[in-house]
Amino acid sequence: MTSPAAAPLLTIQGLSVHYEKFRALDGIDITVGAGEIVSIIGANGAGKSSLLKAIVAQAGSRVDGRIIFGDADIRTRATPAIVAAGIALVPEGRRLFATLTVEENLMIGWHTGRRGGLGLAGVFDLFPVLRDKRQQPAGLLSGGQQQMVALGRALLADPRLLLCDEISLGLAPTVVNDLYELLLSINRQGIGILLVEQDIRRSLAVAHRFYCLLEGRISLGGRPDDFDRDTITRHYFGS
Amino acid sequence: MVATYLNLVVQGALLGGLYAIFALGLSLSVGVMRFVNIAHGDFIVLTSFLLLTLSAALKLNVLLVLPLVIPLAFAAGYLLQRLLLQRVIGQNALLPLLVTFGLSIIIQNGLLQGVGADTRTLSAGALDVASLQIGGLNIGVLPLLTFIVAVVLVFGLDWLLYRSRLGAHIRAVTLDVGAADLIGLSSVRVYAIAMGIVGITVAIAACFMGLRMNFDPTSGPSRLLIAFEVVVLGGLGSLRGSLLGGILLGIAQTIGGQIDGAWQTLAGHLVFLTIFLLRPQGLLPRY
Repeated sequence: MTSPAAAPLLTIQGLSVHYEKFRALDGIDITVGAGEIVSIIGANGAGKSSLLKAIVAQAGSRVDGRIIFGDADIRTRATPAIVAAGIALVPEGRRLFATLTVEENLMIGWHTGRRGGLGLAGVFDLFPVLRDKRQQPAGLLSGGQQQMVALGRALLADPRLLLCDEISLGLAPTVVNDLYELLLSINRQGIGILLVEQDIRRSLAVAHRFYCLLEGRISLGGRPDDFDRDTITRHYFGS
Repeated sequence: MVATYLNLVVQGALLGGLYAIFALGLSLSVGVMRFVNIAHGDFIVLTSFLLLTLSAALKLNVLLVLPLVIPLAFAAGYLLQRLLLQRVIGQNALLPLLVTFGLSIIIQNGLLQGVGADTRTLSAGALDVASLQIGGLNIGVLPLLTFIVAVVLVFGLDWLLYRSRLGAHIRAVTLDVGAADLIGLSSVRVYAIAMGIVGITVAIAACFMGLRMNFDPTSGPSRLLIAFEVVVLGGLGSLRGSLLGGILLGIAQTIGGQIDGAWQTLAGHLVFLTIFLLRPQGLLPRY
């Protein structure tokens, strides 16, 4: 797979995140091109989630460095402004509002976002099963369907960059396959995707480029085809 | 005998409408923002004094001043949440209690200093004593109006919370503040709007309380107590429950007062305690 040679959509320079004495990220540089899928891999505690949270201003601690989206530094902006500018997050564990209906959950994405793009009908075309369940409380759906709602909610914000935090966690392999197919079709519409996963094989299969995080630093980065499995595993575990 | 009690029940139910209006704001702050506002009664009394002052200054009927005060009350609630209460909610249940307790003391003493300790009442002119003959019952126009306003408020707020876009946002933030913030739904802003809505209910409560009963700068805590009982009776966070709880409390007090004047308040408390023992989750629990 070749990387689309587009201008960077997101450029992160020297990003550090500190929680009290603990340093979750230590001066990392990352770029995501428009229409590119970039995968962030790394073991538990490597700083993957901190990276995504820092991008949407939810790291809740000291964040240094530059986060340039489009042509503006968004590091000091508040989350609603960042989402309205075109970055949407599919949070780890989905974080749906369980007693709200599917449609209410989805529409929150529309209200917080850029008010364009797919729209509710487009999301229902993408996930037809949700159309029949639109009036049901989101908490009653299966895990895979809930993940569709979480993804649909983020897409309704009409993002230029989609951040996905462990979207395959706890789902059946066939469901995960379907989700990844969807990610590819979303990406083909020109939406950049920053994918955080513990499942290396699956996320590298779809990524144009990847970064491996180890203890808050980038231990390896490039195109998945440029490295063999052993090299990636070594940089993943740091052995 | 039957006619007497029917009359008492109707008068009590109408009084209950006022109690439900007292309780709505408290129900929202407990149900939505999960904090207990000890100064709720004092906010009502403070706004009653504001209505009294403006009504005198503008030489306008207080029912006409109320629509002017409602936007002010929304703004006051919004800013109070944004600038003060937001700093203390969420971390520790004790902090909002202490802060609103402090506000209660400040309001009571500020009012004593500013307007004196005299007992006041609001007047809506000829409406104060107007009444209707329905069946064999003599029903005051003002209590009836209060009750109708209570019903409209309960169903209006219920619609707002469960049918509108703002309501979905409020419920989302109530369910998971962290998730809302993560996806760009600002909990700070949603809470501030919710407290603005509480402000509107406080202004309406202040108007109808002042028309119905006497108030002075220290009346707040007794209004808070009623609001509390109604909220707990109805079920935390349930607006329709608050209407039912208010009506029950109003009927209990009116019948108690008929038996013996000293029993009026006590009968209300006894009914509250009895129902609380039998059904601690309230009559129509929402959460």
